[in-house]
Amino acid sequence: MQRRSSLFAMVAAAIALVPLAGAAQTALDDVMARKQINIAIPTDFPPYGFVGTDLKPQGLDVDMANYIGTKLGVKVELVPVTSANRIPYLQTKKADLVISTLGKNPERAAVIDFTAAYSPFFQAVFAAKGVAIKSVADLAGKTVAVTRGAIEDLELTKIAPSSADIKRFEDNNTTVSAFVSGQVQAIATGASVAGNMMARNPQLGTEYKFVLKDSPNFIGVGKGEDKLRLKVNEIIAAGKAAGDIDKMAQKWLGRPAGELPN
Amino acid sequence: MIQLDFGAVLVQWPALLRGAALTLGLSAVAAVLGVGVGVACAWARAHGPRWLSALVSGYVEAVRNTPFIVQLFFIFFGLPSLGVKLTPEVASVIAMVVNLGAYAAEIVRAGIETTPRGQVEAARSLALTEMQVFVRVVLPPSLARVWPALTSQIVIVMLGSAVCGQISAQELSYTANLIQSRNFRAFEAYIVATLIYLALSIAVRSLLNWLGPKLIFGRMPNANR
Repeated sequence: MQRRSSLFAMVAAAIALVPLAGAAQTALDDVMARKQINIAIPTDFPPYGFVGTDLKPQGLDVDMANYIGTKLGVKVELVPVTSANRIPYLQTKKADLVISTLGKNPERAAVIDFTAAYSPFFQAVFAAKGVAIKSVADLAGKTVAVTRGAIEDLELTKIAPSSADIKRFEDNNTTVSAFVSGQVQAIATGASVAGNMMARNPQLGTEYKFVLKDSPNFIGVGKGEDKLRLKVNEIIAAGKAAGDIDKMAQKWLGRPAGELPN
Repeated sequence: MIQLDFGAVLVQWPALLRGAALTLGLSAVAAVLGVGVGVACAWARAHGPRWLSALVSGYVEAVRNTPFIVQLFFIFFGLPSLGVKLTPEVASVIAMVVNLGAYAAEIVRAGIETTPRGQVEAARSLALTEMQVFVRVVLPPSLARVWPALTSQIVIVMLGSAVCGQISAQELSYTANLIQSRNFRAFEAYIVATLIYLALSIAVRSLLNWLGPKLIFGRMPNANR
């Protein structure tokens, strides 16, 4: 019995050692040595990352990737990823950083590390410039489109005044159609959907009114890569102080980044 | 085995009742106006001037060969670009009337065309005007002949109104969808909605079977039914 448990302990230790060996803190040194950083970005998630008419990736996440590369003084290699494979890309070192609208949650924190937040992601109410909406109370007597069952539907239903006419649609496309065709006065949706809608329908003069729920984005680094993580945190902190982070959010999301958690 | 929890859905009975009431309301208005449109179009196709007949044919074919939900989206999302803004409920009724009108036109036309020629000639020989011949002699027995088909079509349109929830008309399916998006009891919500639809269909069918002979063609002596 004694012998068996010690054997078991040895095997367990060996298994535990394997990932440890792979997680040596070399990412920052590797980046500086090859003078290139590989950054995973989305290409299917406007306005954070999408392919423009010139077929080149652009968006807030792409700007942020280039910003970090410039501050590090290395060349940036953009690696297009999807929501599903962005964490595996980091784990298998195909990317040094993931800047891909990554929200922080305990399940993800168990397998990768996060830097400070670099951009807001939020569900908000949007409407044309001429419509006077400053807070949720101003929705009284107005029609608001929302996608049924989405986070923004639940948040809005909780706080909207009872005289607000909430029109619920099946999916984001019908919700946006209802707003674009003028069937409703306001729309409650995610920053990504709203950004896309505003880019395609500039004639509507849509603007951000007020936020429903915040869930900021973080940059993902490999588990235990503290040296790289702290370096990126430094860059983000300096960028916040210099107003560069706000400028990026203003450019792509139509509002400043505001207070972001560290 | 799935654990069914109907309580979570049935506790929302006021919402379900409102949804069922709107479904019935939309269908009632659509049925009256739609059959009216159908009769008018059937007359135009059978007896109207050639240009009107061609116009009606175009309408009937356009509606019968496109999906209902596309017609609905056209009215709700498309018309605002021409400056016509409608509430979801009004857009739903219009789409249902347009849809039922086209199908009813073909059903009623079938009834009109099977009217024995002698009956029309007999009416004319009594010096009735063309309009009198159509309204008093041709139409009632025609409707009597096609009433079961017309009833079916009205029930189909009522069931088809389930997609009106897509443009946020708060009918029965919309209510079921809303309930299941809040408590994730999808199976129960749809079972309850299905049973309500079934009850509504049976009720509407019975009502029309009773109402048709009573109001529309029942007083016709010797209506060949």
